[in-house]
This record gives sequence, C-alpha cells and structure tokens, in this order.
Amino acid sequence: MTKPEGELTWKDLELGSIVTEAGNASQYKTGDWRSEKPIFDSGKCIKCGLCYIFCPEGCIEQNDDGYFEANLFYCKGCGICARECWPGAITMVPEEE
Amino acid sequence: MTKRVGIEVSLAIGEAVKLANADVVAAYPITPQTHIVEHLAELVANGELDAEYIPVESEHSAMSACLGSSAVGARTFTATAGQGLELMHEVLYVASSMRLPLVMTVANRALSAPLSVWGDHSDVMAVRDTGWIQIFVENGQETVDNVLCAFRIGEDRRVLLPVMVHLDGFYLSHMIEPIVFPEQSQVDRFLPPFKYPLPLHPDKPVTMGAFAMPVIYSETKKAQEVNLEAAKEVVLECWGKFGKLFGRNYSPVEHYHSEDAKVLLLTMGGFSETAMTTVDKMRGEGRSVGLVRLRLWRPFPFAEIRQAVKNAETLIVLDRALSFGGPGGPVCSEIKAALYGEAKRPKVIGFVGGLGGRDITPAEFEEIVNRGIEISQKGSDKEFEIFGVRE
Repeated sequence: MTKPEGELTWKDLELGSIVTEAGNASQYKTGDWRSEKPIFDSGKCIKCGLCYIFCPEGCIEQNDDGYFEANLFYCKGCGICARECWPGAITMVPEEE
Repeated sequence: MTKRVGIEVSLAIGEAVKLANADVVAAYPITPQTHIVEHLAELVANGELDAEYIPVESEHSAMSACLGSSAVGARTFTATAGQGLELMHEVLYVASSMRLPLVMTVANRALSAPLSVWGDHSDVMAVRDTGWIQIFVENGQETVDNVLCAFRIGEDRRVLLPVMVHLDGFYLSHMIEPIVFPEQSQVDRFLPPFKYPLPLHPDKPVTMGAFAMPVIYSETKKAQEVNLEAAKEVVLECWGKFGKLFGRNYSPVEHYHSEDAKVLLLTMGGFSETAMTTVDKMRGEGRSVGLVRLRLWRPFPFAEIRQAVKNAETLIVLDRALSFGGPGGPVCSEIKAALYGEAKRPKVIGFVGGLGGRDITPAEFEEIVNRGIEISQKGSDKEFEIFGVRE
C-alpha cells in the first residue's frame, strides 16, 4: 500500500478491497496490544527452544549467541513462553515499568 | 432460427443458464426453486452443459461455494427461495462487498412460521440491503431474458456485482409458458467470456475479504455504494443492447396506461400481469387508472419512479411483504421516501396483500383501487391496510 490506511479515500481502494500485495500482514504491528512483555534471563536459559516452539505468534527468534528473544513488534504479551519455560528464564513484566 | 417452445419456467431458467455457458452451479434444492436446480443437475449429468455441479449441504454452503467459484473467474449460477435465501443471508453481503459477480434466481416465497412454501416477497425484502443488483420479472420470457442480462450486467468491468433475478414462486416458477430461446451464437455474441480482473490464482496471490479496521471500513462501504448506484447505467445499457438484438425491451420502471392516469397502481413481479387485466377493464369503463411496475429494485430507480408518478393524484402501492411494526410494506415505504422531497406528488396509499400464496384476482385488484381512492379522499388513521384479511 502506498499510503497509510488512514489517508486512503474510498477512491483509492482496490476492487472489492482486495489485497494485491502478498504477505503484507507482516507489516501489521500486533505488539501494541501488549500489556506485559517477556524478559529473558540468559543466566537461566538453557537454549532448549521451548519458548520458540510454544509462541503462538511465532515471534521468538534465536540470536547469534543461541539465546532466545521476542520480537516486540509482534509479541502480544500472552505469557505462554514464560509459563512453558521450565528453567524459569522468562519473566512477564508490565509494560509501564 | 429461434422458435417458441412450451416449457416450465424453472426448466427454461436451466436452459438459459446453459445458453450462458455457466462454469459452476452450486445449489441446494428448496421449494419452489427445486425444478431449476434439478434441471441444471440433469443438463450437467447428461453432458449438455459443461459445468461443475456442486451439490452442497445447505444454502449457506451454496453461496459460499459460489463466492470461491466466482473469485477464480468462473461463471457462476445458483438459485434459492424463502428459507434458503435466509440461510444464505450473511454470505450475500460477502458476495457484493467482495465484488464477485454471480447470478441467482430467487423463486420468491413466504417465510416461516407458520411454514409456507407459497409465494410472496418476504424473502426478497429481508435481503434488500445486501448490495446485490435485484431485478423483478413477470413472466417466463422475461425470466429467460433477464437471466442472460444478469450475467452480462454483473460481469461488466464497471459493475462486478452479484445479481438476483426475482420470480414469483409457483405463480411463475411452475408455469408452462411459450418462450423464445435465442440461438447459442446470438447469446455468445451478447455475453462475452467472463474474465475477473483480480482472480484468485497461485501465480499472483491476492487476499479477498480481508480484515478492515475502523479507519478504513467506511471507505470500503462508500466505494460499494457508489459502485452499486453506478451500475444502473450499465443495467440500462444492457437492456438497450438486448432490445436491439432480440426485440424485447426492459426498463427500471415499466408503464401500463400510466401516462395520463389520475390513479396509479404500483406492483412488482408476476401479480403485475393480473393488475394489467384490471386496468384494461377499468379503462374500458372510462376510469382513469394506470399501472406502474417496478422492475429494478436495486439500485432503486429514483428518477424513473418520480417521473412515472408525478402527474397522478393517487398512487396505490401493493406490497407482498410486511415490515412488522414498521410502515407496512417495504416497497410503499421506499416509494414514499423517494417522493417526499417532490413539490408535485401523488397521495401514496399502501396495501399489503398476496401473502403466503394468497391470490389477488383481477376483481380484487379493482377492490384495491377503489378502496385506495376512498382512503385518498376520506383519509385513514392507519399507515396501511392488509388487503383481503378476514377481520
């Protein structure tokens, strides 16, 4: 899309509002739904990858050192990673802190 | 050359769909539409129509299958009636707002409860605001002609909208009438192959019917409204072209001795032909009575209706559906709304009748006209009257 949605007029819309750009859902920021964010403690992390597997948003990535971190552009703060992390390396922290 | 054949109107619709060379038919049988889809199933099974016939498990599925079929660019047809149209309801909006052309004949039927398989316009009125182009026909020939026109109108690049052709259940769907079918070559010339501009195709993926946030939803609806309104020009153009090619002409508002009439009757669908008989009789007795028939229900022909009734003193509108707790008949309500701003306008008197397969005979149409004139002169404390109901 050339313009942000809020600037599009009805005349700018594609036939039947069809989305012609494949995969553009990746531009949609779901991170601002979040009230808590996951904090990863590399001291406790054993790099098992359970958080990566369980994340329903698919937003957890492995960094160059092999530790896992959440992409906060997409992370909705559901806390499933923290719940599943049995070594207790992930803590959910309120956003305002 | 073309010749007249005697055929049941439902079967004639199947023949028209075959002439239109439809690619997909997805339908669920329901009285009084059943013969339409039965005949199409036969045509496909016999190899007379090279199409996919999808026997779905419900009307909701029928319309959903039609969406997919139209979205890949297949010429798509379905038919339903009454409760079936109700079960399709939410998907009807999706077809129009995703701009997917397909053609559906509706054998108009009453709604439950009590269960009635017989005709009225309750089903139509419940889908009034679904964004489809809606055309009413009065006899078998008009049905065949308008099924062909519906494909051409809906598939036009300037339109790309689904089209309903409304015919009265039983009164019309089950009649055997003499019908002239055009030659296949004539239809092929009239109806170019369907090519959807943005089809679902793996080579160029698109998303249809995606999520819209509050920031953009209003714009999508405005675009849809402008599009449906603009479709009227294409409807007129198509009927004009049809008239030139086949010699039968159609208009959004049809006239019958209406130009100089002081009293006008307004009807929709097959009852109009009965009303014509009444107009003939009353004219013969020197009464200044005429008839206007609303053919194009959506987009609503405001200019044509204002023009058609402006010289009349009284306009009597017959609805075959009831808007419970509202202003009576939906058609009458819309006619009143269309005329409200006019400096010169007739008194509009509303009747609801012909519900659930109750006949209105020519003599009863005369009673409606006479009662309408009486109300127009003496006034009434009611918004409308239900004609013929036992008190």
